[in-house]
Amino acid sequence: MFRYTKATFSREVVMLLVALVFVFPIYILVNMSFREANDPTSLLLPTMQPTFENFVEAWEQAGLGPALLNSAIVTVTSVVLIVLISSAAAYPLARVMSRLSSTLFWIVLVGMMIPFQVALIPLYQTMRDLHLLGSLLSLILFYTGSQVPFSIFLYTGFLRTLERDYEEAAALDGAGTFRTFVSIVFPLVRPITGTVVILNAIEVWNDFLVPLLYLSGTPQQTVTVALYAFVGQFVSNWPIVFAGLVISIVPVLAVYFLMQKQIIKGFAGGLKG
Amino acid sequence: MSTTELVTTEGASARRRKFVGVAQSKTLLLLAVPALIFYAFAVVVPAVRGAGLAFTNWDGLSRTYDIVWFDNFVRIFTTQSSLDALKMTLLFAVAVTVLQNGIGLVLALGVNSGLKSQNFLRVLLFAPVVITPVVVAYLWKFLLTPNGAVNSLLGVVGLEAGAPSWLGDPFWAATSVVSMIVWQHAGYSMVIYIAGLQSIPQEINEAAAVDGAGAWRRFWSITWPMLAPATAINVMLTIIGGLKMFTEVFVLTGGGPGGSTETLSTLLYKSAFQFNEFGYGIAMALVLAVIVIIFSAAQQRMTRKGGA
Repeated sequence: MFRYTKATFSREVVMLLVALVFVFPIYILVNMSFREANDPTSLLLPTMQPTFENFVEAWEQAGLGPALLNSAIVTVTSVVLIVLISSAAAYPLARVMSRLSSTLFWIVLVGMMIPFQVALIPLYQTMRDLHLLGSLLSLILFYTGSQVPFSIFLYTGFLRTLERDYEEAAALDGAGTFRTFVSIVFPLVRPITGTVVILNAIEVWNDFLVPLLYLSGTPQQTVTVALYAFVGQFVSNWPIVFAGLVISIVPVLAVYFLMQKQIIKGFAGGLKG
Repeated sequence: MSTTELVTTEGASARRRKFVGVAQSKTLLLLAVPALIFYAFAVVVPAVRGAGLAFTNWDGLSRTYDIVWFDNFVRIFTTQSSLDALKMTLLFAVAVTVLQNGIGLVLALGVNSGLKSQNFLRVLLFAPVVITPVVVAYLWKFLLTPNGAVNSLLGVVGLEAGAPSWLGDPFWAATSVVSMIVWQHAGYSMVIYIAGLQSIPQEINEAAAVDGAGAWRRFWSITWPMLAPATAINVMLTIIGGLKMFTEVFVLTGGGPGGSTETLSTLLYKSAFQFNEFGYGIAMALVLAVIVIIFSAAQQRMTRKGGA
């Protein structure tokens, strides 16, 4: 259909210019993080005397090391839990035809509509009573519980497109429910597990409001609240602030560029109802 | 996300083969228990409690509170600050929905038009989507400072003198919030539109071209109607996202200047955690929840009527 013509070439040039405009803020972010505070060159031009000092200072002052570790712990634990319990729940919800099963499925679907603020504030008190405020566990519990509906939704949708032949063969061979799930169903749903992992990991890693509520006033920090506190201190020292911002997004962007195909596919396909 | 579809597939497969017996289905359902426990703890129980607390004057600290019935809700709809926040929430949602999806569509059409740099463009344009919103908000805050990159750019073309105070003027602060969100998420709308475009059979376009339909005509008669499912998903995502957004406003403008960019999300956070009015804050969260549900339901309905 598409032959490469002069018109195609001009579209190509226009789109590359558009992409340049899109990348401009990120360029400014990186360029700024390498500048000295009194660098005389224009903001728009690449700095002539790049320095790593800002990164060293930001790393130490913002406590980014422990914060990155905390974010990693929360993200990995939550995503593993979400994948295990959501896929396990989706299997019976997709296969069992009883009234109980479909009622449970509807209750789960309703969870996708509720804005999380409604639950977040009353849960704050529960977390306080359980002495979980300021602990990473409070975040893991919230993310796991609140991301379950969306993940179950994706898993059941996928399971319903799969034939039951393998499960039946396993049952004939005498495999129990649990065994069938672990060795037959879980491997079969792997494609959608990829989507569930990607969407949830990005959501949890990038979240700001929940750690702001449940960790504030405590020494525990995730990356987003560490940055928030850090910028509060260094508000006018933009090069150091930007070095901190760059450090915090390097892991995300590294994963993105390594896995861009799967990530974009996950976003584009994950919500097809 | 069509719910009727789920029901019919359920019925069809039940008729097709009744493999899972009643006795077995009980043990099978046990697999759902862990997920239901987490879900109940984090969402169901707090949401139900929250719905109750919205009718009280609980300050979030004391053990006791009074039932005030609809006072919190009356206050939301009679106080200027919360009415303004309500208006701003809707305005942001509509502006983001229109602009983000419009730009996303144009980008998708551009990227998906047989370019050599197709994959490269897609990766670059989508990149802002994965960047942490807090980082994006600080980045834009700097871009928009009086000595920031936006004014430097305007200086290059000699327009610096006419530059407004981006975050100091109510109109421009709101415009900045919308621009930032559109910049961050247009790539998301784009990839959904690209997936939609790639599902349109090329033969239809070719046949129409042979029949003499121009590019404009082909877009409105073929591409746009066939993109309806992608548009439905995009509109749904942007409306819900736009209504609920918190971090972007909270970090970029803090609701300012003078409360002019306050949304329900930021105002309810402040009410609950800075002014210790939990009951009032939760009432606002509930109003927001109802608005989200109304918009989602209306959108679903319109999509179905449109035959998508």
